[in-house]
Amino acid sequence: MIRYIFRRLAAGVVLLLVVTMVVFAIFFLVPRLAGIDSDGLAARYIGKSPSPEAIAAVKERLNLDEPITVQYWEFVSGLVMGQEYDSGADVIHCDAPCFGYSFKTNTEVWPQLMDRLPVTGSLAIGAAVIWVVAGVSIGVLSALRRGSVLDRAAMMTALAGVSLPIFFTGLVSLALFSYYWPIFPPGGSFTHFTDNPLAWAHGLVLPWITLAFLYAAMYARLTRAGMLDTMGEDFIRTARAKGLAERRVVTKHGLRAALTPIITIFGLDFGLMLGGAVLTESTFSLPGLGKFAVDAIRGNDLPVVLGVTMITAVFVVICNLIVDVLYAWVDPRVRVGA
Amino acid sequence: MSKKWLGLAAAGTSVAMLLTACGGGGGNESGSGGSDISVDDSAISSVVDESTEQGGTLKYAHSDQFDSLDPGNTYYAANWDFTRYYARTLVTYPQKPGDKGQEPVPDMATDLGEVSDDGLTWTYTLKKGLKFQDGSKITSEDVKYAIARSNFAPEVLNKGPNYFFQLLDAGGYEGPYKDENLDDFKGVTTPDDRTVEFHLKKPFAEFDYLAAMPQTAPVPADADTGDQYQTNVVSSGPYKFESEWTPGQQLNLVRNEEYDPESDPLTRNRPDKVQVQFKQEENDRDKRLINGDLHVDVAGLGVEASARQDILRSEELKANADNPQTGFLLYFAINPNVKPFDKKSCREAILYAADKTAMQGAWGGSIAGDIATNMLPPSIPGYKDIDPYGTKGNKGSKKKTEAALEECGMPDGFSTNISYRSDRDKEKKTAEALQQSLQKYGIKTDLKGYPAGTYTSEQAGSPEFVKREELGIIAYGWGADWPSGYGFMSQIMHGDSIKPAGNSNLSELDDPEVNDLLDEAAVTEEAAGREKIYADVNSLAMESATFLPYLNQKALLYRPESLSNVYFSEAYKMYDYSALGLEQN
Repeated sequence: MIRYIFRRLAAGVVLLLVVTMVVFAIFFLVPRLAGIDSDGLAARYIGKSPSPEAIAAVKERLNLDEPITVQYWEFVSGLVMGQEYDSGADVIHCDAPCFGYSFKTNTEVWPQLMDRLPVTGSLAIGAAVIWVVAGVSIGVLSALRRGSVLDRAAMMTALAGVSLPIFFTGLVSLALFSYYWPIFPPGGSFTHFTDNPLAWAHGLVLPWITLAFLYAAMYARLTRAGMLDTMGEDFIRTARAKGLAERRVVTKHGLRAALTPIITIFGLDFGLMLGGAVLTESTFSLPGLGKFAVDAIRGNDLPVVLGVTMITAVFVVICNLIVDVLYAWVDPRVRVGA
Repeated sequence: MSKKWLGLAAAGTSVAMLLTACGGGGGNESGSGGSDISVDDSAISSVVDESTEQGGTLKYAHSDQFDSLDPGNTYYAANWDFTRYYARTLVTYPQKPGDKGQEPVPDMATDLGEVSDDGLTWTYTLKKGLKFQDGSKITSEDVKYAIARSNFAPEVLNKGPNYFFQLLDAGGYEGPYKDENLDDFKGVTTPDDRTVEFHLKKPFAEFDYLAAMPQTAPVPADADTGDQYQTNVVSSGPYKFESEWTPGQQLNLVRNEEYDPESDPLTRNRPDKVQVQFKQEENDRDKRLINGDLHVDVAGLGVEASARQDILRSEELKANADNPQTGFLLYFAINPNVKPFDKKSCREAILYAADKTAMQGAWGGSIAGDIATNMLPPSIPGYKDIDPYGTKGNKGSKKKTEAALEECGMPDGFSTNISYRSDRDKEKKTAEALQQSLQKYGIKTDLKGYPAGTYTSEQAGSPEFVKREELGIIAYGWGADWPSGYGFMSQIMHGDSIKPAGNSNLSELDDPEVNDLLDEAAVTEEAAGREKIYADVNSLAMESATFLPYLNQKALLYRPESLSNVYFSEAYKMYDYSALGLEQN
């Protein structure tokens, strides 16, 4: 088991390294291939009227004329060992993990990411709890009562949930429950959990449900399909033949096996979501990572875009790692294989 | 749209209708901004709700954020207007509506600049008793330092303009961050504590306008933290930062006790506190503005489509709205380095074929702007109403277009590209409108959209890219850095301003006559003489047939009832923030 975890961990690190290369290439190599030279790149960091002097100075400051390998090395070493930026009068120490420095706003990227992470984290965790509990239980019930009215109604709702985009369900729920019946606060209201847990939850109910609706629908369908599959397996028959109670057969044997694909996909979904639920955050004007990234893309603030991409990648890798470990724990067949 | 708000707006409308019930007729426009809709507009020509009352918290909101709060590192009119709360400059603009608001008056200086006989030295004397927020004396050295850091250290501060860098005779001075000895900076000298002398390479008659830029606001050298200075600007004005500011977070300004209103030509200390919230969603911002929860949209660009409809539908809201020209001229540059536009007649074909009413419609109708017929905004002193390529009703002329195409040697038309900023919906629609009017004459165009963020730095603003991608017609817009013909035209018409990246002279106009005239204006001391030159440059630029001006942009500004002393500043092209106060009940 230890060796298994260790191997996965090493693979995760390699994966992250590859991600840094790809991300770096997208932002620094692709513009060059598109015919934009270092002057053009430098001009991105300058205000309305980039003078040749300013372009030269910025190129020097950002090492834009260095070979691409040197620039990449500086980017990666900054992540691991931190970096120093010259603010002119002072030297700013950007401690590891240094995700860079936004020359648009003259601020370090990392603290800004950390500022927004609680928002996205609150959104993701709350929504995940709802969609996993709702999705899996509906899926199991549907599978056990296959063909019943409950099954059909649940699957119809799930189809609607999968088909309706978040900005639609989000706006409709805002219109109904915030403006028409002012039960929940309108968009843009986020209170930190530590400031007031009640207000925190109150403000997030609508985004949670909107986001969870989509995912719960997918998970319900997945669980249902998985359960139907497993319940027909030989080991279920064996379990029943041993005389186990049906409840135990379903939870201990059936669900446990059906859960593996769910856990896999949950790891990916949840990791991605921690990197920013762009649509939900935009619809509800929540100041999270997703909205941050969108604003940065609009404003062409590359270090910020890079930072959000990296942090998303990190979350996906970490969640996958946890999933792989859970996987081995939930499904004995995986352990044997490893 | 919030139901609550719809209800309020409807209630407002019905009240207004009751009040005007006897007036009968009129005011039945659809509110789409199409025909001759007008709003109150009284803050354009007069001060609305004049009052001397002090107190209250003035609340601003921004849909994004400022480029920087550092007075030495910003290039947005809104911010130049706003920094007057905490950064006093040598010269400033008076608090007057109309044209008078464009004439510089001394602020920290005792008088406007005094120029030497050879035109190369401009001298300003500071008033006595000026103090920073910590009570220390403001000296000529602090102004000199401010100029040095904002113009000579582009590796650190490069968001603002660099006119002082271009004009001052400073040798190879490398800025205060690389060269710590300020005495090495010979472009500005300080014979005593109150005298600031600017030494120019060549005469520049409009120097007082430069002295009104926030870059002349004093900065104490020992408090300078380079590009971090924006988090803790040392105030010389009526307000100071309440605490260290984090970019993106709310900004709070409180009264600066060391400020002496007696030394100030402006009254800019009415509210007790000033607040700015950043990154506020536009429609939400407009709603709050109209219901009075907010006082001003600090970017000053006007309300969004949804609020515009609400305002135009309601007489009550119209009574608190202004629809001034923003000084921003929208045009298409026609690039003579892209074939077939090397021939003048081919360019003329575009000018004659364009249907400007369709372009105005695409932009949002008469509320969004007045049709432009030449390359100066009407508010610039010396403006003459010329229309060399005019067509009947501004709808384009079949006869003239066909004649021009004949002369161009392509009677059946030709193909070219129109570039625009893909994330600007109205610009895209306008490009489509132009495309349609050209199509009638066989001129086929492909629309090429590029992100606004890199448009000037990498695509339209790179002559090499323009040539390679054959961007014959380029959508653009321009506003003056200061209210004069030079401030408007030098960057987009002077041959010397053509740059390999970040170019704004998109027509790549390099006409010796235009260049000479602009250079001459720079050394002409008489304002009337300069104004005549600007009129000439304007005609020459139009004659070059490399500009297709179509709209003098207008903004729909809303002023909540709670504001006092509201008027539109012709210098900043938005409400004068320094003058605003709050009604006290």
